[in-house]
Amino acid sequence: MLWGCMALSTAVLGLILAFLIYRGADAISWEFISEHPRAGMTEGGIITPIVGTVQLILVSMTFAFPVGVITAVYFNEYSHGGALTKTLRLAVRSLASIPSVVLGLFGFAFFCVFLSFGASLLSAGLTLGCLALPTLVTASETALQNVPQEFRDASYALGATRWQTIYKVVLPSAFPGIITGGILCIGRVAGETAPIMFTGAVFFAPGFARNIFDSVMALPYHIYVLATAGTQIDKTGPLQYGTILVLLTLVLGISMIGIVARARLRRRI
Amino acid sequence: MDDVKMKIESLSLSYSRGAPLALKDVSMGITANSVTAFIGPSGCGKSTFLRCLNRMNDFVRDVYIKGMVMLDGMDIYSPDVDVTNLRRRVGMVFQRPNPFPFSIRDNIAYGPKLLGERNRSKIEEIVERSLISAGLWEEVRDRLGEMATSLSGGQQQRLCIARAIAVEPEVLLMDEPTSALDPIATARVEELVRELKKDYTVAIVTHNMQQAARISDTTAFFLMGELVEYGPADVIFTTPGDKRTEDYITGRFG
Ligand SMILES: Nc1ncnc2c1ncn2[C@@H]1O[C@H](COP(=O)(O)OP(=O)(O)O)[C@@H](O)[C@H]1O
Ligand SMILES: [Mg+2]
Repeated sequence: MLWGCMALSTAVLGLILAFLIYRGADAISWEFISEHPRAGMTEGGIITPIVGTVQLILVSMTFAFPVGVITAVYFNEYSHGGALTKTLRLAVRSLASIPSVVLGLFGFAFFCVFLSFGASLLSAGLTLGCLALPTLVTASETALQNVPQEFRDASYALGATRWQTIYKVVLPSAFPGIITGGILCIGRVAGETAPIMFTGAVFFAPGFARNIFDSVMALPYHIYVLATAGTQIDKTGPLQYGTILVLLTLVLGISMIGIVARARLRRRI
Repeated sequence: MDDVKMKIESLSLSYSRGAPLALKDVSMGITANSVTAFIGPSGCGKSTFLRCLNRMNDFVRDVYIKGMVMLDGMDIYSPDVDVTNLRRRVGMVFQRPNPFPFSIRDNIAYGPKLLGERNRSKIEEIVERSLISAGLWEEVRDRLGEMATSLSGGQQQRLCIARAIAVEPEVLLMDEPTSALDPIATARVEELVRELKKDYTVAIVTHNMQQAARISDTTAFFLMGELVEYGPADVIFTTPGDKRTEDYITGRFG
């Protein structure tokens, strides 16, 4: 039974991969990953959305990583589990269950319109950051909880203040876990379409975003576009599967790094 | 007359409102440059008492402490006491070796750096001196950059002792420092404790009576939160004044 389910899940993943490689492998070439799209996206490469996706990851993590870690430190190290903390924690957990398309609409209303960031790298990055936040908080909290109380005791017994203990002992000890959480989040963020399609990802951009108020192309949205807006399916089809393959490699690659990093760092402690 | 380093007067402690007292009206003195051992059955309040001496019980949320603990005549529970400074003067070694997941060097340097020491050669000097005092220098001098967790349990515990003395405390509290160690490592730590009393005042908790007899100058016997009696180790172990102490050291209970 157990084996059956495992075999089935693995088979599904294998089938998907095989199908994508079969359909997309021919599109992959150096030109494909190093050139801008041309001729209404029926020719050329996908370097614009690749760079756009990397930029989105950077913006989202610059926002979500520190906020997530600080929130987790507050929850785990400062608060005493009072009503306020419980409410806040519940709020963060609920954030995780908001469908990403709703988050996208929120991002549009809040970042693009209310804060007048427009449809931009910034708005889309921040929206993705909101998506990543609950996972980051939870991963960081787990990492902090795994820091043995003995480390804190030893630090206090040497005359450290609470802040010194957090900054010099607890965070460094929790760092491997926090980083892994961050990397796994990046994998998730990279693949999302809904949060960015209203907030900053565009159908076509003539080049890379030069500043955070430019709009960007992004891999997942590019796939969506190729799949839905094309009139020349014979030409966009292979490109579409090629793009999917690149995105999948990116997401799986980042997750693999996260998993390997976790295993390695765990062994060290 | 011996110097009294710490003086405890009518100390009572309860871990929460309504809970039974974990310490009941304990009064005693801890002599400077000597080893004072606290013995008694598990759960009798030895650790609780020890943690009162550097205010580690402050972290327990609803703890209630009454009475006085004096360090060189200063009441350590008085509101104007700087607790971090107190903990520098009264260091602590824990039951389970708890080195930080840093290098051997960084473990020792942690305390001095908290005190603002930035000078690299000064830090190297402190690292060497502390490791020598803890009898660990010869074993680790060539691998100061290695993770402290790569050391054996006994070495880790001596590293923790070195880390504690790197900030030059006056009193060293040790809570069953050998309970997680094998007999050989235990013997080394015991030897070290006897050495340390030249420079420090040592207060050590142990559930091992032979150990207390071997290393302590003064022995205090606790039972259910009460200090039953304390006195010179040879007296306590040969002619205790209280029937309960006698029962305990002759192994009739606990
Ligand atoms: N943090 C704590 N909160 C509540 N009760 C505690 C705490 N620490 C110890 N106690 C209780 O106080 C009593 C004395 O414990 P302890 O000082 O650890 O004894 P010992 O070190 O002699 O074994 C025990 O009954 C124990 O359950
Ligand atoms: Mg104890």
